[in-house]
Amino acid sequence: MDVELLSRLQFAGTIMFHYLFPPLSIGLGLQLFLCELAYNRTKEPAWEAAARFWTRVFAVNFGMGVATGIVMEFEFGTNWAAYSRFVGDVFGSALAAEGIFAFFLESGFLAVLVFGWDRVSPKMHLFSTAMVFLGSVFSAVWIVVANSWQQTPAGYHIVWHDVQGQREPRAEVTDFWQMVFNPSSVDRLTHTLLGALVLGAFFVASVSAYYLYSNRHHDVARRCLRISLPSSLLLTLLAALSGHDSAQKLVHTQPAKLAAMEAHFHSDDGPTGLYLFGWPDSENQTVHGGVQVPRLLSAMVYGDLHTPVPGLDQIPPENRPPVWLPFQTFHLMVGIGTALIGIAAIGCWYWWRGTLAQKRWLLWLLMLSPVLAMTANQAGWITAEVGRQPWIVHPSVQDGVAMMGLRTSEGLSESVTAQQVLSSIIMFGVIYSLLFAVWIYVLNAKIKHGPESVEELREHKRQHHESLLEKISHSSKSHGGSLLEDEK
Amino acid sequence: MISYDTLTLIWFLLLGILICGYAILDGFDLGVGILHLFVARDDTQRRLVMNSIGPLWDGNEVWLVTFGGALFAAFPVAYATVFSSFYEAFHLLLLCLIGRAVSLEFRSKVYSPRWRKLWDFSFFLSSLTAALLLGVAAGNILRGMQLGPNHHYEGSLLSQLHWYPLLVGGLTVTLFALHGAIYLYLKTEADLQSQVRRLIMPLFYCFAGLYVIVTALTWQQAPHALDSLQQFPWLWVVPVLNVLAVMNIPRAMHLGRPGYAFFTSTMVIVAFACLFSVAIFPNLMRSTIDPAYSITLETARSSKLCLEIMLAFAVIGMPCVISYTVVVYWIFHGKVKLDASSY
Ligand code: HDD
Ligand code: HEM
Ligand code: HEM
Repeated sequence: MDVELLSRLQFAGTIMFHYLFPPLSIGLGLQLFLCELAYNRTKEPAWEAAARFWTRVFAVNFGMGVATGIVMEFEFGTNWAAYSRFVGDVFGSALAAEGIFAFFLESGFLAVLVFGWDRVSPKMHLFSTAMVFLGSVFSAVWIVVANSWQQTPAGYHIVWHDVQGQREPRAEVTDFWQMVFNPSSVDRLTHTLLGALVLGAFFVASVSAYYLYSNRHHDVARRCLRISLPSSLLLTLLAALSGHDSAQKLVHTQPAKLAAMEAHFHSDDGPTGLYLFGWPDSENQTVHGGVQVPRLLSAMVYGDLHTPVPGLDQIPPENRPPVWLPFQTFHLMVGIGTALIGIAAIGCWYWWRGTLAQKRWLLWLLMLSPVLAMTANQAGWITAEVGRQPWIVHPSVQDGVAMMGLRTSEGLSESVTAQQVLSSIIMFGVIYSLLFAVWIYVLNAKIKHGPESVEELREHKRQHHESLLEKISHSSKSHGGSLLEDEK
Repeated sequence: MISYDTLTLIWFLLLGILICGYAILDGFDLGVGILHLFVARDDTQRRLVMNSIGPLWDGNEVWLVTFGGALFAAFPVAYATVFSSFYEAFHLLLLCLIGRAVSLEFRSKVYSPRWRKLWDFSFFLSSLTAALLLGVAAGNILRGMQLGPNHHYEGSLLSQLHWYPLLVGGLTVTLFALHGAIYLYLKTEADLQSQVRRLIMPLFYCFAGLYVIVTALTWQQAPHALDSLQQFPWLWVVPVLNVLAVMNIPRAMHLGRPGYAFFTSTMVIVAFACLFSVAIFPNLMRSTIDPAYSITLETARSSKLCLEIMLAFAVIGMPCVISYTVVVYWIFHGKVKLDASSY
């Protein structure tokens, strides 16, 4: 196997594994914030139990996100050195901004969120939760901006550098805000964030449904459903709308991707139909067993029933993306999105009627829903990234001047061999499988254990109070003193 | 307006500060990881040790992440070559960083001695190896690497495992262990504290011994390291202060002022970072094949506009970072105690 294929496999595998965790961190962050807000408002112990419980789940997930995220940052340099030299000037600043503005904020306040329950006031704790959530949103902002720039570059020019007699092109930033607000960043960011929030809402609904199903922790479960069910419906509707928006823009910015997502091989003069499902075959340029709704793609993309959508035949063969995978993953995402709207709507209906707890089948559907939401998130990224091929940085036109792109095959590290990549893939394969198993195991144990009851919570607070008293009487005796006090 | 060359220097300096912040902060929690098998006698003590860094290690690691991002943005050519040259070493480093994160995260989640032993050991091993690898990488950069034309690395993992970088790796391990021990001494009390105290002097002797050896060998292995010192003689204050700081550690411990000792070991790390920067300047990666192939600040840097934008980020961002770092350290100051939210 060659370095290119292996490096792509490694990148795809490690980023998809990383992306198991961020959307849940972001989505759960919002739900956690809402629970704590309710606690601060009402001072009801059940809300506190809920917030403390989601904090514990959040912490496990966050740790995994951090551990797998560092891999991503290293990988640009280890496996994609030529790409890093090409994009560093533009892309690097977004990555550095992520570190300075997002990661420090998240990790700093995470400490207070997880370990601070008994050390700071509820208000300060609520503030920390908000900061952690904000930090995770910021990190999504910067990384998605960087990714969107690769898809629809803007605000840069190409400069040729002389490197020991060879000429090497590099993209250099000319307008920072144009780079940040490139044609696809706002749409894709909105959609990515909504996808994450959808997952968080269904996750909370799912665990709550499980407690109703197994007849435990009613107090907490009902309160959490009151937040998560309506928000899941609202957020999924918004995700569908913003996804539709993204697709409409694609026809201008990345027509090849759109054509691949819809397996639209041949342009013609009339309106374009939309495949509900099928089996695209790039070699023979057809779709086997497909069912098509006439005119629908034209209607979706242009809002009229006549305008033809350009097909893959308008793209030079060497610049065409694979078709089968983006087609299937795109249809999977949209299918799941539709199904989730249905589940959330029915859930809200029976909740409103007060009979949700008796509908065992619905509780089952809710319990399964986070797996669906996670799959939609992953499928969306596969669509976006495979549909971008063969480009790692898409070519563009800036002020009427055509700018070169960079092909994925041109982005590799020159000094890295297939042997090396193969061994790192094996390493990640083993470690990530283990991690995944442990993560599921611990998450399962946490959920099975569930939130503390109100009595447990009271007992715990009493103990903590005692240890505080003890500490005060102790500190006069202990030598050495504390870190900060000593340094002054 | 700041000139392009000044901007380049500023970014070289800022990267130095970031890596220095990383070494100081993650240094002590790597050190705690290296030591914890030897200081804790039972499960409660072990949990105390782990929770002494519990709320802090994640934020400490962000310094490395931000260093990586800043190197990528400010000197992309160096980022690309350094990271792809150290392919195996950095993948191993990643493995260790993952290992540390999950050992801390998962260890206390299940009540089984076997489970806990497993994570304890993996926490120790990954902390030790991470410190070693960071040192080995620094040693290689110091010594120069087999860099061919067009920034393409021609060496291999084997050539990186030369004895000199390995010694620098050993020095790093002992330094972090010492730094971590002093930190632990500050955060613990009673029996646990005296167990930590017993380790500090032996660790100091190991460190001081290696320090003398490595300094002497650097003369022979990386003679170019002295070029900048010769050019700017006032820089000699750094090594002199370094020696004084090293000697001050046992003194401060002896005087019963562990906070002062911790401050001193922090200063030792700062001095090492300064010496390292001075030694490699003006290269980021020196070629042992032909000096013309070296990656200098000038060949590696981004455009002027990019450096300006990033400087604006740093000016806005760093004060925020420092202020909430201080707040968080303040909230968690004092001796470690176990409670419901501990690991
Ligand atoms: C939509 C959001 C999103 C996306 C697309 C990515 N990440 Fe991520 N990342 C996060 C959202 C996030 C997060 C929610 O902010 C995490 C998860 C848990 C955490 O600590 O932060 C995180 C953690 C995280 C960390 C650890 C930070 C720390 O130590 O605190 C790094 C270095 C990265 N990521 C880097 C990347 C890179 C280089 C990516 C692309 C290739 C990437 N992430 C995709
Ligand atoms: C977190 C969600 C993401 C997922 C699930 C994802 C998924 C993928 C997949 C499946 C590939 C392989 C495509 C192929 O080789 O055919 C890929 C490639 C790539 N992605 Fe992403 N991606 C994500 C986010 C990002 C972000 C945020 C960036 C940049 C900031 C990025 C940059 C890249 C690059 C540089 C490649 C190059 C390798 C290649 O083209 O094969 N990705 N991604
Ligand atoms: C139901 C209707 C939906 C439509 C029409 C839709 C449409 C799209 C489109 C066109 C893209 C590609 C954007 C691009 O590459 O520029 C995309 C990407 C994506 N989708 Fe969806 N989507 C829908 C639902 C969902 C749901 C329910 C989720 C998650 C729960 C989701 C998560 C994602 C993610 C994470 C990406 C990759 C990031 C991006 O490129 O924006 N989508 N979606």
